[in-house]
Amino acid sequence: MYGALWRVLPGPVWLRIILVLILAAAVVFALFTWVFPLIDAALNPIDVTVGEQ
Amino acid sequence: MSIVGILGELLLTAGALILLFLGWQLWWNDAIMAGQQSSAASDLSSEWIEADRAARGTETPPPEPTGYGDPVVGPAERTHGEAFAIMYVPRFGEDSQRRVAEGTGLDVLNSNYLGVGHYPGTQMPGQVGNFAIASHRSAYGGGMHEVEQLQLGDAIYIQTQDGWYTYRFRDFEYVVPEEVDVLAPVPHRPELQPTDRIITLTTCNPLYSTDERIVAYGVLESWQPISAGPPAEIAPIVATWES
Repeated sequence: MYGALWRVLPGPVWLRIILVLILAAAVVFALFTWVFPLIDAALNPIDVTVGEQ
Repeated sequence: MSIVGILGELLLTAGALILLFLGWQLWWNDAIMAGQQSSAASDLSSEWIEADRAARGTETPPPEPTGYGDPVVGPAERTHGEAFAIMYVPRFGEDSQRRVAEGTGLDVLNSNYLGVGHYPGTQMPGQVGNFAIASHRSAYGGGMHEVEQLQLGDAIYIQTQDGWYTYRFRDFEYVVPEEVDVLAPVPHRPELQPTDRIITLTTCNPLYSTDERIVAYGVLESWQPISAGPPAEIAPIVATWES
């Protein structure tokens, strides 16, 4: 999976490393901006109050 | 590449994603929401101070700083989600000011401009009885993240449109989440008539867990009208909230 990705990327090793870092940054950005807020809203909420349960 | 190899990579990826999510929830999003909540609180605080100045006019000097009498108690009927107070606890650190809104639902506690909720039915700031509020201990801006650092006599400032209420931290209690008697006008003694004006902070305990609740009690020390300005100890900090 990741091996295939490495082989698909063009250029010498230093360029591939830069490309991998850019891809990883894009994935993290997408997760932080869209995916994690959705997951957070869907998960069991954290309850901090005292109350009858 | 073998099936097992791909499966292994998927599992590693899943593990990394879960760690990443926790990092996002507990630190990244927490820090962002803390910043949003504290600047929203600063704005509201300044708004009230400005409104008071405008109402008095610049010519009228603030009242003499002696004997303000019994604290003014604002109306008890609040609509859900209405921000009617600001909480500021210097021990919680810089930018720990938060809006206090009516209700303790997640729409209040997980809001990016509120963060602290007032238990409906408990008393209002300055009132005889128990002004009881709740906030997150960790994540979502963690309005009470540093609660366990409170020391005897630490100030808990509550600002409303009417004025500034200075409570002093008295003691902690650790309870199960069902222990609602901590919210009674006299905590644990709902049958008694209150004579003290206290504040009760409730949040999760231990840190990063929701098994218990940590309860911090404070007692009203003094009150001053909004026209008198913030208490001297926090006046320089409150001045920085005006943008």
